[in-house]
Amino acid sequence: MAIRTTATHDLGTPGELPPEGVARARNRSPWLDFHVGTALVGAVAGFVIGHYIGVLIAGHDINVDNNGQNNVAICLSLGFGYLGWMAGIGGWNYPLAKMIGREPVGELPSSHWSRYFKYTLDHKVVGLQYVIGVLLFLFTGGLLAMGIRTELLNPVHHIIGPDRYIELVSEHGTVMMMMATSIVIGPLGNWLTPLMIGSRRMAFPRIEAFSFWTFIGGYMIILTAMPFGGFPTGWTGYAPLQTQASGGMDSYLCGFAVIGLGMITAGFNIAATVIHYRAPGMTWSRIPILTWSLLSTTSLLMFATPVLVMAGLFGILDRTALTAFYVNEHGGSSFLWEDLFWFFGHPEVYIMALPGFGIVGEMLPVFTRKPLFAYRVGAAGMIGVALLSFFVWQHHLFDSGINPDMRPLFMLTTELISIPTGFIYLVGMGTLWRSKIRFEVPMLFALALYFNFLIGGITGVYLSDVPVDVTVHGSFFVLAHFHYTIMGGLVFAFFGGIYYWWPKMTGKMLNKTLAKLHFWIMFIFFNFTFFPLLIVGLLGQPRRVFEYAHNLQGLNDFSSVSAYILGSSFLIFVWNFVWSTWINPVPAPANPWGSRGLEWQTPTPVPYWNFERIPVILSDPYRYGEPDPPPVADLGVPIGAAAAAQSFAAEVQLGLDEPGGSFRG
Amino acid sequence: MSDGRPGAADEPRGGHAPHLIRIFAIWAVLSAIAGPLFYLLVGPHLPPGHMTSAASGDAWDLNVVTTMAIIVVLGVWTYFGYCLVTWRSSRVVGEPVVGRWGRGNLLVQTSWITITTLAVMGLFVFGTIELIVPAGAGGGEGPNPVWTPHTKNPLVVQVIAQQWLFTYRYPSFGGFETTQLILPDHTAIAFHVTSLDVIHDFWAYQLGVKADANPDYDNVAYTTTQQLGHFVVRCDELCGIWHGAMFDYGSIVPKAKFLSWATASENRLAPVTKLLPPFAWTYTPSANGAGGGFYPACATGQVTNCDPFGNVATYGGAAKQSAHETA
Repeated sequence: MAIRTTATHDLGTPGELPPEGVARARNRSPWLDFHVGTALVGAVAGFVIGHYIGVLIAGHDINVDNNGQNNVAICLSLGFGYLGWMAGIGGWNYPLAKMIGREPVGELPSSHWSRYFKYTLDHKVVGLQYVIGVLLFLFTGGLLAMGIRTELLNPVHHIIGPDRYIELVSEHGTVMMMMATSIVIGPLGNWLTPLMIGSRRMAFPRIEAFSFWTFIGGYMIILTAMPFGGFPTGWTGYAPLQTQASGGMDSYLCGFAVIGLGMITAGFNIAATVIHYRAPGMTWSRIPILTWSLLSTTSLLMFATPVLVMAGLFGILDRTALTAFYVNEHGGSSFLWEDLFWFFGHPEVYIMALPGFGIVGEMLPVFTRKPLFAYRVGAAGMIGVALLSFFVWQHHLFDSGINPDMRPLFMLTTELISIPTGFIYLVGMGTLWRSKIRFEVPMLFALALYFNFLIGGITGVYLSDVPVDVTVHGSFFVLAHFHYTIMGGLVFAFFGGIYYWWPKMTGKMLNKTLAKLHFWIMFIFFNFTFFPLLIVGLLGQPRRVFEYAHNLQGLNDFSSVSAYILGSSFLIFVWNFVWSTWINPVPAPANPWGSRGLEWQTPTPVPYWNFERIPVILSDPYRYGEPDPPPVADLGVPIGAAAAAQSFAAEVQLGLDEPGGSFRG
Repeated sequence: MSDGRPGAADEPRGGHAPHLIRIFAIWAVLSAIAGPLFYLLVGPHLPPGHMTSAASGDAWDLNVVTTMAIIVVLGVWTYFGYCLVTWRSSRVVGEPVVGRWGRGNLLVQTSWITITTLAVMGLFVFGTIELIVPAGAGGGEGPNPVWTPHTKNPLVVQVIAQQWLFTYRYPSFGGFETTQLILPDHTAIAFHVTSLDVIHDFWAYQLGVKADANPDYDNVAYTTTQQLGHFVVRCDELCGIWHGAMFDYGSIVPKAKFLSWATASENRLAPVTKLLPPFAWTYTPSANGAGGGFYPACATGQVTNCDPFGNVATYGGAAKQSAHETA
């Protein structure tokens, strides 16, 4: 069957509205519509309503009278606040209109800058919204980290104090973990996936917008923990401390439930897009390695996150309806939370690793002018990591008193996961072999990932080995280990990705000198911050303490000062971001790095529809170093007879039935 | 790749072998220096030291794993460093020519997978032996331990964690409760760790012992003392705002000194011990005991194995008896 490469004028908007829906779209000032301002009003209104209902329901409960803390009111105010936030942004308009049988109002393609403050259906706008969103998370968490390092300047003298300190630790951990689950999936996953697979849209544009505004809703909810008195449990939220904690714990539980909703929806949207919206010829062996990494990540988001959401709801019930899921003396079990949390939590740490592998996999061929080595092994490695990650969670509980028979098994599964992770090194090392390495800024970040993640991965082996784990479990060693994997891996990859794709996303180059300065300060002081903490942990400093042994002050102070410089390196990034985007923008060429990736074959800025016609993919994007490689795709625009002939050949050869080639309602 | 691309060019000039040999040689030299140097010079001083059998085992395990890690890290760094220096763009003329192995090489891939798999399996076997032989390596094994010390009569020390301190009960000596953790030298110890409120973690750093203290749960960890000295005990599981201040110190003393201390403490604390709940493996907070009245779980009939001196009173039976007789 022939491939239909539909032209623009035959299509509706990315929100798949039929023409009559578009016709009814309101054409008036963009600020008279739903936007972030109305969302804030909705959130406040929802918060007040929820609180009022909570007081009405539980205001006179004996336990509320006893401790003066109405968890029902807090949870309901946060829940209603979230609903109000989504109502205010216009998130319920479409489903509500459908429910009452009305044709929803559509969205017209808009180029007004107000679209960045709205519930919008263009994946490129949502991607950029996510960039700002995750940076907001990252910098909030980073400032909290500065507070933590300040308290740890002295082993006994308190600058912040134990109570505020534990709030900072918990808030930092939770904010950063929430950020890290979405830092690549959100911005780059949403922005790039359709462009990389030759689609004009995401599978579910409304779900995509929903996931972003839910993500921001979660950010606001977790911040409310501070005025509610914080929570003392760290990001792991262990019960029964959780059950005992003050009102900030409700923000933690509700925040994770809301963020979890955003993660699940973002996950299945990207998975559905990759599976169903690939352009003709975009076979499974041609999709970019980043798409493979996102696909494996989405499988974790979809299958692991629901466990967290449900575990959080059990916690909310324990604290509001006085159930006893996690209360030992009433028949519950504190192990239940530990198991449920880590059943989510360990796949989650791979949610925070796999996208980074995908990003460096995209960059290496471009900056070495060689094909990606062992592409299939790399893709298989990511799937292997994703599968195995569901069978390792009990290594967090090696000393907790779980059935000891299970220990060798979980030691084995945890160590096995280093085999598929090692594939990523095979891919990188094979690609570097006899190449031509250009040390552009994104490449520096990619190489830094290999440097940092090696230390993060090797120290992970220490933790999987039960006898060594007896010493290092729960110490600063663990903390340094996962900062090496998450920050050293994922966050470095994210910044590399931003420097790499920013010219395509905005049409503006980021300043190279500032970028290199940012990279070197970040790289050196990241290692200066966290390497000493590996030693501090080995020397016996437990995590999350505000007092420590005198002999460890030198290393702690070195780490703290390095952390301040590490933190300030982000100011260079922010300045570069502002300077190069708004103050002194330098227009970017359409393909500044000379990439063969499909996303770079589009004009800059990328048109609303991404592609004039659905492209026909002719080869995978990594065919560097060949004397006469074929074009990566036939983009359907007049580009000469040769490409047309190839397109025809591909059509005949593939005989596909328009996967993603048309819009279906 | 199977999508029928035109035939790739032949191998680039010069072949792979010289580069591979150079990388391997650099790595071999670096590893031959750094590996043994670390193992022999640093290794013996690695934490957690040699105060107990568990600590010795953990330290040796740490030494072996770190030596292996150094060799692996040096290998990867050598490779990356060599590539970055040799094939940086300013040194390479023209575009790289991709040979038939540019997209993947079955031999390289299978070798990589085989070597990493063998390394992982070796590590697993080593870790498992090191876990089982030294009786759980000092980690908490839960209420039904499977790896136990060879001696039949370890000294039972119950560790009771609560916000925010540890107390210790010695059931072999009448079940007195104290904030002092004193242990006899060259003796197998069974720590029974439990909690009265939230999850804590008993981390006796120099003893190589770490076990979570869960409420309503008896978590057992074994070790055998082998050196005299002081050690630090820290809480290693976040347990609230004073978690950072939840630490104390313990000592390993000669057996005779321990016996005299324990017997003296038993006698001195007898009036207080009478007021305590009878010794049990776990203690459940009473639903009606406002203000922290704790009652043993066996009083409620929920736990059956709470005979307080069933299998724990035998430590040093003869020695203890003779100490009493002497007194």
